[in-house]
Amino acid sequence: MIFVTVGAQMPFDRMCQAVDQWAAKRQRSDVFAQIGSTDWRPTSMRFTAMIEPPEFRKAMQECSVVVAHAGMGSILTALQYGKPILVMPRRGDLRETRNDHQIATAKRFKELGRVAVAFDETELERELDRLGELRATERISPWASDELLSAVRGFVHSASVTADAPPRHLCGEG
Amino acid sequence: MSQRRKRVLAVASGGGHWVQLLRLRPAFEGCDVTFVTVSEQYRADVEADIANGAGFRTVNDATRWNKFGLLKQCWALLRILLSVRPDVVITTGAAPGYFALRLGKLLGARTAWLDSIANVEEVSLSGRRIGPKADLWLTQWPHLATPVGPAYKGAVL
Repeated sequence: MIFVTVGAQMPFDRMCQAVDQWAAKRQRSDVFAQIGSTDWRPTSMRFTAMIEPPEFRKAMQECSVVVAHAGMGSILTALQYGKPILVMPRRGDLRETRNDHQIATAKRFKELGRVAVAFDETELERELDRLGELRATERISPWASDELLSAVRGFVHSASVTADAPPRHLCGEG
Repeated sequence: MSQRRKRVLAVASGGGHWVQLLRLRPAFEGCDVTFVTVSEQYRADVEADIANGAGFRTVNDATRWNKFGLLKQCWALLRILLSVRPDVVITTGAAPGYFALRLGKLLGARTAWLDSIANVEEVSLSGRRIGPKADLWLTQWPHLATPVGPAYKGAVL
């Protein structure tokens, strides 16, 4: 299964339409897409507007490859599950997000060799045809780098503890 | 004399911010940590931590374009801060982290802002505003570090 996701914030029709057209052309019936809140409807993909975290994890687990916007939630989760991921960055000038930060993210992660990148619809189609070449990568560790963990640990433990009363419960849990 | 455990409030909005916060969890070992995020649906991600005593609280989601939502979120965070009384507030952004840091500072907590790894070309707007006021201000990209902050000390990856 190919799992397509645009994240929880905004739809990304430009990417989803390109994948849908590709699925029609190649007669792929194994594409499942989370497309966001949009009026457009896919013709060749199973789809949902939004996906809750448990279903998101399930789709990540069951898919063979992920196609996503260049959001960190999608990228990090795919890498944690050891799934190959193809991303297409949102463009600020098309108001697909607030600025071009996804383009920068995509470039960097491409340089690191962690993700495949398509910068536009034409490249997306070409990369989709090459999906079979993307190999499942080794799952990345679920934790941050040792360097960052020790910096944060050091910071947390340098905080002084005041000998105060136990926390007051002004409001209930949750 | 035995000291009580440190209380850590770990705050993040949804999606990538939350995923990055989860990757910092080993740094909170030995602390009483309370996670704060924007959806009850994320509870499952920290089930094991909750079983070990961690707290989990939610606030409404809001962005800087929704002033009423922001106000409501700020109020919810104040209530959480007053009930948890953390020694340390740490966040990976965005809006709830900004408020938690400001309020945490007022209440005497040590504060840390870890800018998202998605901010490759420049530090986030919230980061630029709150970073200089935080006790620890980190970027995840070496080329964005400056002598007056943020500092680079590794990344979530």
